[in-house]
Amino acid sequence: MRKENFRLLARFCAGGLRLLFAGSRSYYAWVAFLLALVGVGTLAYLGQLRHGLIQTSMRDQVSWGFYIGNFTFLVGVAAAAVMLVIPAYVYEWKPIKEITLLGEVLAIAALVMCLGFVLVDIGRPDRFWHIIPFVGLLNFPSSLLAWDVLALNGYLGLNGFIVLYLLFSAYTRRPYAKRLVYPLVFLSIPMAVSIHTVTAYLYNGLGARPYWNSAILAPRFLTSAFCSGPAILLILLQILRKQTRLEIKDEAIFKIAELMAYAMGINLFLTAAEAFKEFYTNSQEAVYIRYLYVGYKGHTTLVPFAWASVACGLAAFLLFLIPRTRKNWVTLNAGCVLIYASVYIEKGMGLIIPGLTPDTLGEIYTYRPSSTEFLVAAGIFAVGFLVFTLALKVAVPIMLGEFSLPDPAPKPPR
Amino acid sequence: MSARRPFSAGGAVSPAAEGSPSRRRFLAVAGTAAVAAALAGCKGTSTEEFLQRNFRELSKEEVREVIARLEREYSAKFHRKVRVGNEPPIPGVLFGYALDLSRCVGCRRCVYACVKENNPSRQPQIQWIRVLQMDKDKGVDLQHATPYYDPEKVPEEGHFYMPVQCHQCKNPPCVKVCPVKATWKEPDGITVIDYNWCIGCRYCMAACPYGARRFNWDEPHIPPQDLNPETHYFGNRPRYRGVVEKCTFCIQRTRKGLYPACVEICPTGSRKFGNLLDPQSEIRYVLETKRVFLFKEELNTEPRFYYFYGV
Repeated sequence: MRKENFRLLARFCAGGLRLLFAGSRSYYAWVAFLLALVGVGTLAYLGQLRHGLIQTSMRDQVSWGFYIGNFTFLVGVAAAAVMLVIPAYVYEWKPIKEITLLGEVLAIAALVMCLGFVLVDIGRPDRFWHIIPFVGLLNFPSSLLAWDVLALNGYLGLNGFIVLYLLFSAYTRRPYAKRLVYPLVFLSIPMAVSIHTVTAYLYNGLGARPYWNSAILAPRFLTSAFCSGPAILLILLQILRKQTRLEIKDEAIFKIAELMAYAMGINLFLTAAEAFKEFYTNSQEAVYIRYLYVGYKGHTTLVPFAWASVACGLAAFLLFLIPRTRKNWVTLNAGCVLIYASVYIEKGMGLIIPGLTPDTLGEIYTYRPSSTEFLVAAGIFAVGFLVFTLALKVAVPIMLGEFSLPDPAPKPPR
Repeated sequence: MSARRPFSAGGAVSPAAEGSPSRRRFLAVAGTAAVAAALAGCKGTSTEEFLQRNFRELSKEEVREVIARLEREYSAKFHRKVRVGNEPPIPGVLFGYALDLSRCVGCRRCVYACVKENNPSRQPQIQWIRVLQMDKDKGVDLQHATPYYDPEKVPEEGHFYMPVQCHQCKNPPCVKVCPVKATWKEPDGITVIDYNWCIGCRYCMAACPYGARRFNWDEPHIPPQDLNPETHYFGNRPRYRGVVEKCTFCIQRTRKGLYPACVEICPTGSRKFGNLLDPQSEIRYVLETKRVFLFKEELNTEPRFYYFYGV
């Protein structure tokens, strides 16, 4: 039996590889484009390796920047897979169930990008083994970064296993073992919440940075994740619907959009709560939120971005709240783009930079990402899209029953 | 002033980092060696350097080997004999530092003496002490402070000066957050960094409320003739690109019974240093008789760096 399984797995892998190389012209063009971006990013990163992080715009005053901003945003995207898992498995809501697998694949791609952004940010990537549990010396449980290493990699492993197992079962036309899959899926729900909570706590626990040292930071992380992750997914679902024979019901898309409206509403409320507390109290700790929203001592670099984020979030909230605009494809997609833009600013640079500016001794260093940072980031995003594209290239035919064992294994007697 | 010893340096010297590593996990490490060697890029990291474990896990024998290797490497790099010490904490000594805000004139001699002593990179420029110029009518207010004052003469009318460096906290947030235990508090109160174990994630820099930590964004450059060849493993030995550094109370001096360079150079006598456990010490006298305050006391970091008003 064991041997048989290995033979099947080998066939599965070989068939999957063949699928990756057989595609339409647009598929090839897309993959080539992504590979080119990966190449550009790799070159930029090699430059950074040779010359050091001095190639970035980060300095002692603003010691984290674009890389860590992107990392934080993408943890949210990864966590959002849970958004689709909950209704699918808990409430047995059929239309969403079919697309849960896609959400999990998206989570995997997002996590790959997260780990990429952390790797390019550290000063000594050659010493990365110091952080591997039992090999290096992980400062667990004291350091929240140690928690994050465990949570992110655990979540990546869990989702990777679920996806592979479900696909392999479909490929072999065997029913998947519910007793195995259900507990794992249920485990993935708290895991998804935990990766985002732990990442929020990473900033939250620093008394030195009052802008992050707010109790509603983790709730804000979760609500914005529940918007941004599905926003990307909704657009991807529509593309998949057009490009493949995969059936995704309108009903599922509209339901997700409705849930996103509630999440965005709460997110905006929490943002307002934070702003009220800071501006009305107007203690010295308000300098950080001032730097973000109104500028401080003539430094207004972030102000247009901050208000763009608020405006986009508000517009998207209304578009998704009103049933007519939610069910109109044009306004729905516009809403997705707006949400993406809003959360990308808020959970990226809008979180990291005011957390560090002014610095702990009151100095203001205006941070703008360098070209190296933009190019490396583009490369990492391309890696993520590549992982997503290639995974779906294999997964979709399996889900459609187009790619499976030629002769179905005999069904077990019931 | 330099004739005075800050504390008694007598007594038995405790052994170096205790205990041998529980497990030699060479196999697992070697597996990652190839990948990482590629990642390390140009500046060849030797296999010994790559495989070196956290200092606190090294046996006495391994410490000797590491120190010998470092002395070899530094001496070759700077074309002169460099000594790397690893003097342990002195039993019964807990270092404390006090700075007299009513005396400091903001001359920054401490900054330059520190640079000369501690071998930070000259290009790009790294300094461990930051002297803030503040408005007298605002008091200690960071939003009205600047480290970039540059007049003909100090002190300037209407201003006072507040030098800031590592506060060697009793509850150091930087130690708490380090994901790989590359920084820790020694028994004599000095928070040290193992420059060979730090991965350069800079979480400690985000956590430090005093802006005390510096990162080597570029390859550190020190002209060989400017190098101080008397070094300590946790102190002023030359650093690597991509790691964090900070003030160590001149560990290479103070563990031998000398004053930190900044204390010795200060022309106004604003800087006081000594053994907190010695009731006869000057630092104890300051704490017991002067008006003392802790910077950012509300963060509960419990610094062993005190500010006071001497007059």
